[in-house]
Amino acid sequence: MPLIDPTSRAIINGLQGGFPLTPRPFRDAGLELGLSEGELIEGVRDLVGAGQLSRFGPLWNAEMLGGDVCLAAIAVPPERFDEVAELVNAHPEIAHNYERSHALNMWFVISAEDPRRIAEVIAEIEAETGLGVHAMPKMHEFFVGFRVEV
Amino acid sequence: MLDAVDRRIVAATQAGLPLVREPYRAIAEKLGLDEADVIARLKRLLGEGAIRRIGAIPNHYALGFTANGMSVWDVADDAVAGIGAKIGALDEVTHCYERPRHLPLWPYNLFAMVHGHTRDEVRAKVERIARLIGPAARAHDVLFSTRILKKTGLRIAA
Repeated sequence: MPLIDPTSRAIINGLQGGFPLTPRPFRDAGLELGLSEGELIEGVRDLVGAGQLSRFGPLWNAEMLGGDVCLAAIAVPPERFDEVAELVNAHPEIAHNYERSHALNMWFVISAEDPRRIAEVIAEIEAETGLGVHAMPKMHEFFVGFRVEV
Repeated sequence: MLDAVDRRIVAATQAGLPLVREPYRAIAEKLGLDEADVIARLKRLLGEGAIRRIGAIPNHYALGFTANGMSVWDVADDAVAGIGAKIGALDEVTHCYERPRHLPLWPYNLFAMVHGHTRDEVRAKVERIARLIGPAARAHDVLFSTRILKKTGLRIAA
């Protein structure tokens, strides 16, 4: 567990949403957190620099930007795992790919601005690997609290 | 739906806001827009759900949440909405979706991503969720990621 100073803790725990849409948002958000405008800007800069925040700003909803995303999984024979990972990752539409502990051991997210590309990418991967791709599109998304507490 | 100006704002902010006193003015100047227009558009996009939220986007891994478990549940189709709403509201769940089953290999129709400092912590959280759902969960499992094979951010062209 990395050491988290009080300013970082206040920013991470208090500012995972609700950043003001006002001309001086760091000043306005700082009032709530007990930080000055300068302290908040420096604190965010430090957290981003240290990689503890991926970034600071809007979290865009990929699907609403006109594109589509789809989770998919393959049961890859262990001896072919690295070869198949290379074939899958070569597609620029693959945003994430994880090895997971299950018979379905490769899980990846296909993301495309043109939704028709999703089915095409699945067909391409099936042809290239000779393995079945199990598409797991989201049918319903439930509201999440999304907060990580440090 | 996003117009061309919205898309330029997406492209200008997807790596984050400028960390300056007047970030919206800085974006407006870069794009040749009015600050008030940028703020109004961001407000609308937030209201429409094109922006999920604005603020700190934590890197779970760098914050010590090095274990992530994809908990998966087989619940009756007519119960999934109620159960999904209940477990999605838990602080430890960062994503919660209904997805199709792939029988017989994959009987699970509800996915909830659970983060923790250790796998044991994730397992304990999953067991708490199991008690919360009760007998309505006919089966469940938790899949840990053992390797990141690829990870890229959202990339949208202007």
